[in-house]
Amino acid sequence: MPHHVAEAVIGAVAAVALPVAIGLVDWAGSTPGPVPGAVETVAIAPGTIEFPLPGEFLADGRPAAAPSRSVRFDRPLHIMADQVSRAAYGECVTAGACRPADGTNSARAADIPVTGVSYLDAEAYAVWYSRTTGETWRLPSAAEWAFAAGERFAGDPFAVADDPKNPAVAWIRRYEEEAAARREPDPQPKPLGHYGPNTHGVRDMAGNVWEWTSTCYSRVRLDSELETNARTTENCGVHVAEGRHRTYMSDFVRDGKSGGCAVGAPPDNLGFRLVRDDAPGWFARLKALAR
Amino acid sequence: MFTRRQALMGAAATAALTAMPPMTAVASTGEADIATLPREKVTLVAPPFVHAHEQVATSGPKVVEFVLPIEEKPVVIDDEGTTFPGMTFNGSIPGPMMVVHEGDYVELTLINAASNSLPHNIDFHAATGALGGGALTLIMPGEQVKLRFKATRSGTFVYHCAPEGAMIPWHVVSGMSGTIMVLPRDGLKNEKGERIAYDRIYYVGENDFYVPRDETGAYKSYDSPGESYADTVEVMRGLVPTHVVFNGAKGALTGDNAMRAKVGETVMIVHSQANRDTRPHLIGGHGDYVWEEGKFDNPPAKNLETWFIRGGSAGAALYTFLQPGVYAYVNHNLIEAVELGATAHFVVDGEWNDDLMKQVEAPGPIPTN
Repeated sequence: MPHHVAEAVIGAVAAVALPVAIGLVDWAGSTPGPVPGAVETVAIAPGTIEFPLPGEFLADGRPAAAPSRSVRFDRPLHIMADQVSRAAYGECVTAGACRPADGTNSARAADIPVTGVSYLDAEAYAVWYSRTTGETWRLPSAAEWAFAAGERFAGDPFAVADDPKNPAVAWIRRYEEEAAARREPDPQPKPLGHYGPNTHGVRDMAGNVWEWTSTCYSRVRLDSELETNARTTENCGVHVAEGRHRTYMSDFVRDGKSGGCAVGAPPDNLGFRLVRDDAPGWFARLKALAR
Repeated sequence: MFTRRQALMGAAATAALTAMPPMTAVASTGEADIATLPREKVTLVAPPFVHAHEQVATSGPKVVEFVLPIEEKPVVIDDEGTTFPGMTFNGSIPGPMMVVHEGDYVELTLINAASNSLPHNIDFHAATGALGGGALTLIMPGEQVKLRFKATRSGTFVYHCAPEGAMIPWHVVSGMSGTIMVLPRDGLKNEKGERIAYDRIYYVGENDFYVPRDETGAYKSYDSPGESYADTVEVMRGLVPTHVVFNGAKGALTGDNAMRAKVGETVMIVHSQANRDTRPHLIGGHGDYVWEEGKFDNPPAKNLETWFIRGGSAGAALYTFLQPGVYAYVNHNLIEAVELGATAHFVVDGEWNDDLMKQVEAPGPIPTN
């Protein structure tokens, strides 16, 4: 009986996180697939980073540079050493808990990162993977991603406004910077490890696969220099994806190239990796109850 | 191929040929006159640029010589590296733009390189007779031909390859089209007959491509045009292009290759589509003067938001930029613009005009009281 409680709770969570795919997933009937081989994680020791906040910032009604904040991580961060692979994601698809990624039919190797996945797909994978392993896995927040990315963290490297009388100056400068950034595009996903590890030993960060985070898009009005006075509008239909540069994508978008506006630098590909919460989370506690 | 050509188009070609006076007979009067005209050799440039030219002719009619080599070569048409066996005039898709004045003679040397695999020719919509010149210019790989026609009507006109029956659409959607602009000798005029001019000119050729896919949905690539033919025709017959692009490839006129202008400059945009209707739109701008059909004897339409270019024609729009910024110039079937590739950008420098537009209040939370 308690087992069914757990199923129902998971189902509800999935229904919230995955409204698009819910019709495909028969939670009551699905049985967990084979437990995937233990995934390699990296434990990043507690520390502090200066973190340029994600979102759009306005000061005096004009675009402003994102303020930085010091973010302290008190506990080790356990993050997958590699991005989730096509093979690993494929197991979730086989189990009926994930939708096939875009481009899955193409004759690509299994040991490349899964791409063509939306935020909703990544969430579905995290729910399924947690259920399958009995551990608590989730997308990292943008700050956690930055912490794990270390020296590879880029944030938003493009210029912000400068001439208050002429908004086009910033538009054109940003356009030119973005054009320079994608001068030699190589959007074909590479085998896991192609871009090598960073100093933490986390591989392929800021390669050509951008990674979904759990952080929502927000627009912040800085009334003064004081961030505490900021007025924020959050939109959780759009999430932050980190990589060579920071980008904001609607949750259902699988191909970043078609997700942008008329102008702007799109990500080459959208993929993800997960972090593991070590403290027994609600799921583990529920599961313990079920035994 | 020649058997089929004769079967399909031979009758028309023969009719056109017999209708033409023999060249030797014409030579008695006309040829002598033409021989006295000044000659000008023009070197063509790759689009979206246009070779240097006078907007108002400062001399009488002349013979303008162009050399147009045909090159079959693989072309990359999107940012995913999709490649198909392209057929090009002068190595570019679209083919280069030629500019002459009404009353000039165009003398074209068409060259089919020996390295090519197919017969080609050229049909000028600006020319009169012989299928636009197509019946007089069919050449095999390793041959060249010289055609002269008189530019009797002003306007922007498509030219394209039209070798025979089923080969015609295939050659065109493989890249073989371009534009010739015949300017009135005394330049462009507005609806009141007053002279108007441009500071810059850009030539945007739009192409619809039909690339076959394999069983997994990935685009197929082929070693030669011949190998791609059967699959490509199947996609073509569905009339749904896989790509609709400006200047030969998705994104070809964006980023480093975006078109440039300055506030206050008047820009002429010639838009050419040899096969399929399209509807150019400059996001955040307008068409001050637009010759939708491209023919300068007709008064231009004014202040258009979107203009219509019939498949198989070229049109021209004149716009004076009033605000700086990054403009998207699109085919305003927005699915074709965003999903299939028909988007170009203008980067326009200059001073912002608050009178025309201003963000009165920056985005922020909706006031609760």
